[in-house]
Amino acid sequence: MTGATTSMRQVFVDTVEDVMRHDPRVVVVLAEISRDAFARHERVINVGIREQAMVGVGGGLALSGMRPVVHTYAPFLVERPFEQIKLDFGHQDVGGVLVGIGGSYDDPAWGRTHQAPGDVALFDTLPGWAVRVPGHPDEVEPIVRDALRRDDRIYIRLSLRQNAAPNPVVEGFTEVRRGGQGVVVAVGPMLDTVLEATRDVDVTVLYATTVRPFDAAGLQAAVHQADQADVLLVEPYLEGTSAHLAAEALADVPHRLRSLGVRRDAELRAYGTAEDHDSAHDLDVLGIAAAVRRMFGHPAAAA
Amino acid sequence: MAVMGKSGFADIPALFGRMTGDEKHEWAAASTLDVLWVLYDRVLDVSPDRVDDPDRDRFLLSKGHGPMAYYAVLAAKGYLDPSTLDTWTEWDSPLGLHPDRVLVKGAEIGSGSLGHGLPIAVGTALGLRLQGRTARTFVLVGDAELDEGSNHEAIALAGRLGLDRLVTVVVDNASGTYGWPGGVAKRFEVEGWQTSTVDGRDHDALHGAFTREHTGRPLAVVAEIGKGER
Repeated sequence: MTGATTSMRQVFVDTVEDVMRHDPRVVVVLAEISRDAFARHERVINVGIREQAMVGVGGGLALSGMRPVVHTYAPFLVERPFEQIKLDFGHQDVGGVLVGIGGSYDDPAWGRTHQAPGDVALFDTLPGWAVRVPGHPDEVEPIVRDALRRDDRIYIRLSLRQNAAPNPVVEGFTEVRRGGQGVVVAVGPMLDTVLEATRDVDVTVLYATTVRPFDAAGLQAAVHQADQADVLLVEPYLEGTSAHLAAEALADVPHRLRSLGVRRDAELRAYGTAEDHDSAHDLDVLGIAAAVRRMFGHPAAAA
Repeated sequence: MAVMGKSGFADIPALFGRMTGDEKHEWAAASTLDVLWVLYDRVLDVSPDRVDDPDRDRFLLSKGHGPMAYYAVLAAKGYLDPSTLDTWTEWDSPLGLHPDRVLVKGAEIGSGSLGHGLPIAVGTALGLRLQGRTARTFVLVGDAELDEGSNHEAIALAGRLGLDRLVTVVVDNASGTYGWPGGVAKRFEVEGWQTSTVDGRDHDALHGAFTREHTGRPLAVVAEIGKGER
């Protein structure tokens, strides 16, 4: 749902501008998008509609000793200049903060070109990237402040989708609800929908804003406390993006694992609203509740 | 690593031979060799004991393909022990067919995939300027490498930003399939760069081109090499 609070992007901009006042290392690189959100500053560089140069310039700024914040709409940040992310940051062994907006399908009327549900899966092909997925604008400030303080590589995934209330930002998973039948992991903006869909089900709900590194120990502990080693991942991007890490965390435990997310099997050629797309991907309350019922609610599963 | 004496240009063939075998004369055909030598010998404010000095000049080898000349010059200038050249491309050698900055002392970037060095150089030059440093940033690209569109994003951007401590050296051995009608330099001129086209084997001409004033705008030096030379 979309609240009336300040957007995640605005909190990101406000936080970066505040940190820039006393940290001369911080420099922002844009490619037109959000150029008017930032106040004019010599360390806010708009390169024009040049995303390869945007990421390459970010890498060069890092090599010169600065802390670059590279920001644009998700597909143009992650997919178009993907080799620049791989080489100009990773291979050069420098750090940077990449901040995307648009989520998987924040503005579906714009169509497939403006959707990037594969972003986190792409980062999984590269070593050394932390991935943060805030679920509320109030969670953005501590995530951005922490990212600017560090020297490593961080992708922050912002969206217009958000939960009604923020949760404390921690490195690992947060237990929001304790139950016996299994564990549901809700990433970022999926939390409210997951809580509604599991309202009458006896499961533990874990909330994740940091998805990389993946909190394997947190998942193991939650599974250990439940009666059944059944895990449902609910992610706002490509379905099963974290399944390999969940499976690895539970490698020594006989378990069941199911993943919900943006479907992989077909391109959805439809416009409408983000809520329409939630329904199409079974990421609304009905879809998640049905998956929860199949996994946890069936008499055979409960036995 | 032992302290190494510095060598002259006359030592380059022997250093090359450690990689290619003594009987070959590939050093003579290396298109980048004279440019690299003039930069490291007479232009760049760098030295092996200042590789982490934030005020050192930067040299970015974007065209990472065919790095023997680069390794030979780094060895001649004391960044590499010459014996390192004997085992290049072996499992535990720091020297591959494309340089890796994490493994090669003095290498400012890892390269291999074309079209990355120039945008990175723009960012480096911008970062140095924002920090109030006067160090210069040099990047070497090939004429065929300019096929990659990322270069043209960076060429336009550097011109608009007026990066007057940035120098692009285009080693032009006419190796691109489709070429650049009107000359390589034109692609830079229209974007606001000062340009100079010189004989890429003439050390004095190269030195003159690298040290010419280019107030308020970036400089492109096109170093022409005979077609077919690599």
